[in-house]
Amino acid sequence: MASPTVRRAFNWVAVALTCACVVVILIPLASILYTAIVLGGSVLSLHFLTAGPPAACTIPSGVGCPVGGIGPLIGGTLALVGLASALAVPIGVLTGIFTSEYGGRGLGRAVSFFTDVMTGLPSIVIGVFVYGLFVLYYPRIVFSAITGSIALAIIMIPIVARTSEESLRAVPHSVREAALGLGIPKYRGILRVVLPSALPAVATGALLAVMRAGGEAAPLLLTAFGNRLGFVGLDQPVGSLPPTIYEFGTSGASNWLADAWGASLILIILMLGISIVARLVLRNRFRAFGGG
Amino acid sequence: MFTGASPSLPRFGLRFLFGVVWDPVHGIFGVAPEILGTLVTSGIALLISVPLSIGAAIFLSEHAPAWLRDPVGYVIELLAAVPSVVFGFWGLAVLVPLMQGSVDPWLQSAFGWSPLLGGPNGGGRNILTASVVLAVMVTPTISAVTRESLAAVPRDQREAALSLGATRWEATRLAVLRYARTGIFGGIILGLGRALGETMAVTMTIGNKNAFSGSLISPGQTMSSLIANEFTEATGKLYVSALVEIGLVLLLVTLLVNIVARLLVWRVVRGGAVAGGA
Amino acid sequence: MPTKLETVQLSAFYAKKEAIHEVSLAFPEKTVTAIIGPSGCGKSTLIRCLNRMHEVTPKATTTGEIRLDGEEIHALDPVSVRRRIGMVFQKANPFPTMSVYQNVSAGLRLNGVRHRKELDAAVVRSLKQAALWDEVKDNLDGPGIRLSGGQQQRLCIARALAVEPEVILMDEPCSALDPIATAKIEDLIFDLRQNYTVVIVTHNMQQAARVAEFTAFMYLGKLIEIDRTQKLFENPAEKLTEGYITGRFG
Repeated sequence: MASPTVRRAFNWVAVALTCACVVVILIPLASILYTAIVLGGSVLSLHFLTAGPPAACTIPSGVGCPVGGIGPLIGGTLALVGLASALAVPIGVLTGIFTSEYGGRGLGRAVSFFTDVMTGLPSIVIGVFVYGLFVLYYPRIVFSAITGSIALAIIMIPIVARTSEESLRAVPHSVREAALGLGIPKYRGILRVVLPSALPAVATGALLAVMRAGGEAAPLLLTAFGNRLGFVGLDQPVGSLPPTIYEFGTSGASNWLADAWGASLILIILMLGISIVARLVLRNRFRAFGGG
Repeated sequence: MFTGASPSLPRFGLRFLFGVVWDPVHGIFGVAPEILGTLVTSGIALLISVPLSIGAAIFLSEHAPAWLRDPVGYVIELLAAVPSVVFGFWGLAVLVPLMQGSVDPWLQSAFGWSPLLGGPNGGGRNILTASVVLAVMVTPTISAVTRESLAAVPRDQREAALSLGATRWEATRLAVLRYARTGIFGGIILGLGRALGETMAVTMTIGNKNAFSGSLISPGQTMSSLIANEFTEATGKLYVSALVEIGLVLLLVTLLVNIVARLLVWRVVRGGAVAGGA
Repeated sequence: MPTKLETVQLSAFYAKKEAIHEVSLAFPEKTVTAIIGPSGCGKSTLIRCLNRMHEVTPKATTTGEIRLDGEEIHALDPVSVRRRIGMVFQKANPFPTMSVYQNVSAGLRLNGVRHRKELDAAVVRSLKQAALWDEVKDNLDGPGIRLSGGQQQRLCIARALAVEPEVILMDEPCSALDPIATAKIEDLIFDLRQNYTVVIVTHNMQQAARVAEFTAFMYLGKLIEIDRTQKLFENPAEKLTEGYITGRFG
């Protein structure tokens, strides 16, 4: 028989091992943040945020290289994500309203299951899909702001839909009954009463989708393509941050590498910022409803 | 997408999936090395990530003091907010030199006799490096779902085990993990789905060689990295449609994986059937 | 009758909130003691303190003493305390991934018993003691959660008996069961006192009258009185007790 001492020792070994897992997992995060802050922080300046990208420079030390910035690319990312949001947020919220308020158990569950599955699809596949569609029907604008934002919108819709659904479900049933009891038609009750009381959470879902879309590079390689000028027209290719990090990061040019770290740091700050805000809003939301 | 792939679908048929030669110049397209590359990188990523993620989730939900749980759990989930291209860049700048300088040479000297770890190490950009980056990327997914599944285990299950004289760890093993296994498995499959389709981070660290040598420290290619690498260079209808066809294969595989994963996770987190079966 | 288990000035807290206040209570060996009282009076909290399950709840603490055979249990390892003081919960909680056999033998296997014959014997003995043997003997490898509610609760009792504890705590074990299943479990509790010290929490006064030799009445976290069951019900010393058993409140 295993003695109690052995079992107790085993218990502590197990606790120590699981604790070590947490530490090991945190190492890459720390390393990413550290590297981005050290290498990216050194190039951050107002000039970096506004100027256009520099010419590639192969002097290893980087001394005497032209110093540029990523201004137009930030603009390109904002344009793509803005356009994508204009498409995805209404569609996503309406889907969420459908699944939580109208869908019932059959169709509603099926739709929300489908959106769940959609969130797991690789973004490159979505890029290939949009590319394939346009190359067949509108080959002229295959590489453009339009295709880029459509691809990003397809990535965003399921995220917006699922978070909207969850936040609408979190609104107590009594709120709906109160609206119905006043003789308001169901759809107006939802739009005027239920949706507003879930609005912070719905908006947070949209923000999370923006975060996801803003960091995507793979689908943009096949759709928005890229340039050094950022957004120059709906039917023109758009340069944006993530694909530029890929391009500059895999180049040998010393000043491009530094710029890629600067761009990474900015993306990380934006993404983590959004994620933290989202967390705080959602938590307060659920507290407001007494955990329900 | 079927229409996009229409020129190459009938032309190659199953040879597309099992052919080992990818030669755009002569119009020969076989993606077996890339399919293998995708499966192997994702598999190794799970081998690394699953024990760590489950261990961390167990620590956070069963052992950690209450004040530590949510903050640390949240910090781990922050990893999911880092864009994949940044993971790739970090892999390239930090992990690749590390693998090239110390890990790969050590593996070679210790296990070089094995074909799995022999051969030139591709300057640190190889299958193993890409797998490690993938492991880092799928960890927040797996540990978050595991934590959710552990939280869904009713308290009376833990108490039943404790009241029989189980230690904390024994209660976890006996009552908690067994009860939550369906959800945990769903989380692993969800992580697998993410690893199979991940593009940027892999493209930047795998070495992009259209072959699968069998050695983990040799460069390789995955389906997604092949698309990312060659799409912009693809000239000719057949070349492009071959790339679209890879996208189609990837779509079907990840769709299947995600459906399985969601069914499992829904069963647990959304109630319904208890994780049952003997 | 010697005292098996006793509490001295025991108070229990959830965070800052006091759930029971300075309860001193002795449980005689090989008897059944019932604890009754209106819901929220702290009877479940008290019973969970007795095998240190209370401290499993986050932020839950106790002050005062609990002695098992005269030994302060907080000085012992909680794992060995729970090995000696088993527990049956309000809702039947068999392990859903395990068969009937595995459920009953779970505690023994934890303690390192691997010998098949030893396990077999313990499973048969415990199931017979729990009056479940005849109903499950042909299906020991079937899943425990396929049993009916009353059978599941008896399975949990068998699981607790298998490790041969000295004391068995029962927290409203029949509250989720139909009258027929309840009657079976009450018969079983009545028989258990030949070998075990039993403490049962119940909100059902008839149940206390049927199974327990001693009954304690708690109100608002305090022990009001404890006496022989018949005496407590027929001639209580305290006005509060009388009010409760005559149905004026509760």
